Amino acid sequence: MSEQQFVHLIVTRQDGPDGKPYKEEFKIPYRKNMNLISALMEIQRNPVNSKGEKVSPVQWESNCLEEVCGACSMVINGKPRQACTALIDKLEQPIRVEPMKTFPVVRDLVVDRSRMFNALKRVKAWIPIDGTYDLGPGPRIAENERQWRYELSKCMTCGVCLEACPNVNTKSDFIGPFVVGQVQLFNSHPTGAMNKEERLEALLGEGGLQECGNSQNCVRACPKGIPLTTAIAKSNRDATKHMFKKWLSF
Amino acid sequence: MSTQRSFFNRRIHSLLGVIPVGFFLLEHLYTNYYATKGAGAFVEQVKWLWHIPILTVLEIVFIFLPLLYHGIYGLYIAFRAKNNVGNFGTFRNWMFLLQRVTGVITLIFVIWHVWETRVHVALDHLTAEQLAELMATILQNPVFLTLYLIGLISAVFHFSNGMWAFLVSWGVTVGPRAQRVSTWVWGVVFVIVSYMGVSSLLAFARPEFIQQLAQH
Repeated sequence: MSEQQFVHLIVTRQDGPDGKPYKEEFKIPYRKNMNLISALMEIQRNPVNSKGEKVSPVQWESNCLEEVCGACSMVINGKPRQACTALIDKLEQPIRVEPMKTFPVVRDLVVDRSRMFNALKRVKAWIPIDGTYDLGPGPRIAENERQWRYELSKCMTCGVCLEACPNVNTKSDFIGPFVVGQVQLFNSHPTGAMNKEERLEALLGEGGLQECGNSQNCVRACPKGIPLTTAIAKSNRDATKHMFKKWLSF
Repeated sequence: MSTQRSFFNRRIHSLLGVIPVGFFLLEHLYTNYYATKGAGAFVEQVKWLWHIPILTVLEIVFIFLPLLYHGIYGLYIAFRAKNNVGNFGTFRNWMFLLQRVTGVITLIFVIWHVWETRVHVALDHLTAEQLAELMATILQNPVFLTLYLIGLISAVFHFSNGMWAFLVSWGVTVGPRAQRVSTWVWGVVFVIVSYMGVSSLLAFARPEFIQQLAQH
């Protein structure tokens, strides 16, 4: 058989939340059909860098391994995406792997995406149905509405749209494109629509919808193909109407 | 409850960019276009404009102050972005970067241009003929002509692409198809208005312009 092939990785590492980032190279034995997760598992099994030094294994997060949980998002060859669907055969080598620095780095490739959860809480991205009595069955949803809502519901809070957005950074307080899609998801639900003004008001607060600068990177980067820019423009339309309604009614 | 101050600031920024700043840009380039019909036609047009009553008040309220707000708030927006066309080389991301770059160029150009023309007219009490002569003298210098061409193209680009963004920001063009059509429409506007602007600048730069002015 042919000689042993290697996968060349350059990983941006960081030992702790306050640690200084540094790059470490790894050459791991190639196997057929590897993805980036299996490459990282190989480092975990045999944590030796390309200089032959024994190092601490690279830390990362992953759960579902089928691009539906969003946990393994990282920047691979400059693009934020999920490591589980990053197939080694389809990547240019050396493969540059970095954490999504838009978020606080916990260690190596592990980031803290709490700000996304906080954003969802802020816009009340849920449908309040709990009460002291049975509300009965909810209203039916038209098929075209269901299709639109299904697209929006695919969001897995992976953080790729925030990493891709030029307006999400340390100088700006933009809470991120994903949350606009979630406001549209819950505002288009017949029961959720009862609280649509509350969500819209929260979305127009500091760091909200207005921070979008229409680079449209979010819709290009989103691994789930969520129509984020349509959700943003739709929210802009809702905001315009809401603004005039508020001014004209006392 | 969070405030909505930045939402209103951003919406005012967006609105002022179109009304009155964008409208004024078109009006200004329309007047200048008369220069292609000879110095006399341009001077007549300027005189007509100067006949408008309470012109200085109108200029301050409908041009200077909105422009000042749009410019200063625009700088704040531009310098908060972390551009990433290296990793995301898409058309819209380039437009995002160019919108900010042309905005800064246009602001610098407009400050210089207003100083050289409007402030000069006010301080030295120039007549319309003297103003036309001043412009012709400036633009016959190839360095200044180049700077004016850069400033003009930047301003027209910023206006055209800004109109595209305005329609998104106010929720007029919502879906991808509407936004694609809008891209073409404003692309055509960019080409036409740039053509008008460039031909006016070149008209001022013609040596005959000053001769025509003397005959006027």
